[in-house]
Amino acid sequence: MDFTFSEREEAFRREVEDFIDKELPADWVEKNVYWPAGYGTLAQFEELGPQVEQFTRRLAEKGWLTISWPKEYGGAGLSHTEQAIFHERMSYYRAPAGEIATRIGGPTIMLFGNEEMKKRWLPRIAGGEVRFWLAYSEPNAGSDLSSIQTRAIEDGDDLIINGQKIWGTAAHVSHYAWMAVRTDPAAPPHKGISLVIVDNASPGVAVRPVMNICGFPSFNEVFFDNVRIPKKNVVGEMNKGWYYLMAALDFERLAIPIGGFRRTFEEIVQYARETKHNGEALSQEPLIRSRLANIAIQIEIAYMFFWQTAWMLDNNLVPSIEASLLKLFTTELSQKLANTGMQVMGHYGQLEGISKWSSLYGRVCLGCLDCISAQVGAGTSEIQRNIIAMRGLGLPPT
Amino acid sequence: MDLGLSEEQEMLKKSAREFLRGECPKQLVRRLDESDEGYSVELWRKMAELGWLGLVFPEKYGGSGRSFLDLAILLEEMGYNIVPGPFFSTVVLGGLTILAAGNEEQKMEFLPRIARGEMILSFALTEPAASYDAASVKTEAIAGNGEYVIKGTKLFVLNANVADCVLCVARTRKTENPEDGITVFLVDVRTPGLKCTLLKTLARDKQCEIIFDNVTVSEKSIVGRRGQGWPVVKDILQKAAVAKCAEMVGGAQAALDMAVNYAKERVQFGRPIGSFQAIQHYCANMAMDVSGSRFVTYKAAWKVGEGLPAALDAAIAKAWVSEAYGRVALSAHQIFGAIGFTMDHDLHLYYRQAKAAEIIFGDADFHRTAIARELSL
Repeated sequence: MDFTFSEREEAFRREVEDFIDKELPADWVEKNVYWPAGYGTLAQFEELGPQVEQFTRRLAEKGWLTISWPKEYGGAGLSHTEQAIFHERMSYYRAPAGEIATRIGGPTIMLFGNEEMKKRWLPRIAGGEVRFWLAYSEPNAGSDLSSIQTRAIEDGDDLIINGQKIWGTAAHVSHYAWMAVRTDPAAPPHKGISLVIVDNASPGVAVRPVMNICGFPSFNEVFFDNVRIPKKNVVGEMNKGWYYLMAALDFERLAIPIGGFRRTFEEIVQYARETKHNGEALSQEPLIRSRLANIAIQIEIAYMFFWQTAWMLDNNLVPSIEASLLKLFTTELSQKLANTGMQVMGHYGQLEGISKWSSLYGRVCLGCLDCISAQVGAGTSEIQRNIIAMRGLGLPPT
Repeated sequence: MDLGLSEEQEMLKKSAREFLRGECPKQLVRRLDESDEGYSVELWRKMAELGWLGLVFPEKYGGSGRSFLDLAILLEEMGYNIVPGPFFSTVVLGGLTILAAGNEEQKMEFLPRIARGEMILSFALTEPAASYDAASVKTEAIAGNGEYVIKGTKLFVLNANVADCVLCVARTRKTENPEDGITVFLVDVRTPGLKCTLLKTLARDKQCEIIFDNVTVSEKSIVGRRGQGWPVVKDILQKAAVAKCAEMVGGAQAALDMAVNYAKERVQFGRPIGSFQAIQHYCANMAMDVSGSRFVTYKAAWKVGEGLPAALDAAIAKAWVSEAYGRVALSAHQIFGAIGFTMDHDLHLYYRQAKAAEIIFGDADFHRTAIARELSL
């Protein structure tokens, strides 16, 4: 075993640091209230639109917007450990890096799309010109995703789509839906689903933002009323969508905001050092110290799950259980971190935003709300535990 | 980074698992638990033959020069199987102390004998205050005529009942800083005035009270330097905490494996209980605890072996694994239900281990305090 990074990896880390230093506005990390693993505050990027756009453009120029892609498609041709280093640093600075098109759409098209589709989509995604939103969930298909009912019926060279999607993060500021639709209702649930790309501007598409409990319109419900799309927008083969969708889970394993945990923890520690209570720094109180130590331990474990997953991918090992452990552990840590932040800050933890009495830009206040979403999105904690139990430990199906 | 085990390490792990399954079945574990000696002479000899007792000692001291991480891997397997006996006290507490702080003469005298299975050691640090700080070392060693007279009571001393020699941590000088003036002595248990009494414990591990009633030892029995024993103790406590974590990881893995196998077989309501999500989620939590514990333990063990500063990693490991093993063992009990609450069943052997291991070398609170200190809070 060797827990040190190679010289090449250390050099790459410095390169990422330098890039962030140069391209990310200086006060970004301090002002950004993104809570690690949460979904609720992602929409703050919209208010900072031009800054995000510019940063995204720079990332694209550098080839890092599509960092996990193979070189031949405009990717950076890096190892998984290097990608992990990139995600760690970017999330440490709460930098916006990639979305559905770069993380799921592009890699899926590379594996399963035909040549025409690759040519049409990949360069635009790699260039940061198009943004996708994930149109999977429906009001009656959450964890039980294969029960989606949004229908697509063939009509000549087109498909006509009717139905409703929900929880589409950033759908209102994206260009296309990366969407699962039912194309064969007679087949078993998993075998009648297709994956399609739908232009948000198509007639019949209605996007309605849903205000989340953090006060951001990060999610949307989207209605499809006789929306017509060309068949060339079907990804891969008809009715194989479920298979593509499952395969795409593999692409996201390292896209964990691991550095965000460390960053936010450091800020809370700093607060505890600087804040006096009865004439003594909070950080001197045994209970506070113990609580902070407990978070430090779990951040270390989260990092170990993270590096282990990267290392396994680099060594052609399949981290199926490890990836679920990573997701489960970090999202639960998201809530523990928020709780600890609140315990350290007490009354002050409940103050929103920037005010005379608030600290840390109100991020703990917002984090206490946002952390709820972490255990729900992208496979709930319960689904992750099912995966670990059945796929990892070989327990019989429920 | 290389986060996998080497071929040699995989082999050590596999051969240890097989050897112990054959040579240390649970009937033997139970018999030894109930005996006063708490170890099998025959098994001890076989472990010596396999090179386990000298695994981490350099070759010139009769060992095989393997790393601390290798020792951790072996201990993980010992924890998986449960191996009653003085391996930990002899090799980790005794052997590593002599290796780190002993003079050449002491190393040549003791290490080869340990490796050959001819010498059992014990480490007497804790006292009635039952704590791991220097201030609680009250046992005195008073100098005179090139000799020292030791007087005091040591408590919770592992395997002293069968030890040939005991490393005794005593105060040779009273100073303002409790960490000064501490000296480590190597004491033959047959020395007049030394009285060892076995304590009855939860894990039936052989913890003892040792009373030093004016025990006279020569200056030559000092390990390390006079008055500068605390750094030696701190160093071995760190190694011991990490080594204990490795043992705990193995025990937790065993409890998980037992529970998962049982959940696949036990049928209620017409189906295996492992098909119920409540049970599946217990198992998933246990797997998360075992994996997380293993990662932090290996990292700490690797750092110790490489001679890197490991205070933070060791504290993280012991703080986490101390509680994780207990959680895993209790969840396993919940899955086994009533049968797990019987003496006949093996699970309680692991639960007992978990509780004993949780306490020794600093519990979770102790190490969380250390972590806060390491983080400069």
